[in-house]
Amino acid sequence: MPRVRVQAEPFDAGREIAALTAGRRDVGAVATFVGLVRDLNEGSAVSAMTLEHYPGMTEKALEAICDEAEGRWDLLGLRVIHRVGPLAPGDAIVLVAVASAHRGEAFAACEFLMDYLKTRAPFWKKERTGSGERWVEARETDEAAAARWSGKPPAA
Amino acid sequence: MVTVLYFASLRERLDCASELLPLPPGTPTVADLVERLRAREGRWPEAFAPGRAWRVAVNKAMADLATPLKPGDEIAFFPPVTGG
Repeated sequence: MPRVRVQAEPFDAGREIAALTAGRRDVGAVATFVGLVRDLNEGSAVSAMTLEHYPGMTEKALEAICDEAEGRWDLLGLRVIHRVGPLAPGDAIVLVAVASAHRGEAFAACEFLMDYLKTRAPFWKKERTGSGERWVEARETDEAAAARWSGKPPAA
Repeated sequence: MVTVLYFASLRERLDCASELLPLPPGTPTVADLVERLRAREGRWPEAFAPGRAWRVAVNKAMADLATPLKPGDEIAFFPPVTGG
């Protein structure tokens, strides 16, 4: 299975975890993050969302982020799945799953992957609210979260 | 010639998803291309005004104003990303 997928279809987190660990006895930890569409953003009720992306660059950017995570921590497998197209509140948008020997590396790499994905992968969200459609603005807190990782990686 | 792509709110504001443009003369960079786009009529100067938040990629890798351009490059302009 490719470690990066960009797809319109829903994903099954349990199946992805099973694929990461199938036939292995060296995996001691799998950390996963699933991002969901909320029905409230910036004070407005959100009825639907559309995810646009830059085909070709998106996959390349996600692969680069995965390479960086694998360079920082001893990982035994990882998966990044990001959905595109129309989504509804409650739908899962993104899955990051990381397998490693111990939990510390899995937790850290999972958070790193999400922080970098949110600031480096070319996706854009458009929300539908009661007053029409609007593009979601980038948050400075996301940049700050990604900047945390720019120093030396913590000792594993 | 180079291919220039626009995404998300930038595409909607400019009413343009992609176009083919001749390269500026000499040893052009992204900055030279942006100067040309700013010189257009309509919403172009405002969309690329200094201080406006936009990003640029060259051949599907993040780039900046100093990035050199060559024939056949694919240049993409877009707002700060909001995935995840």
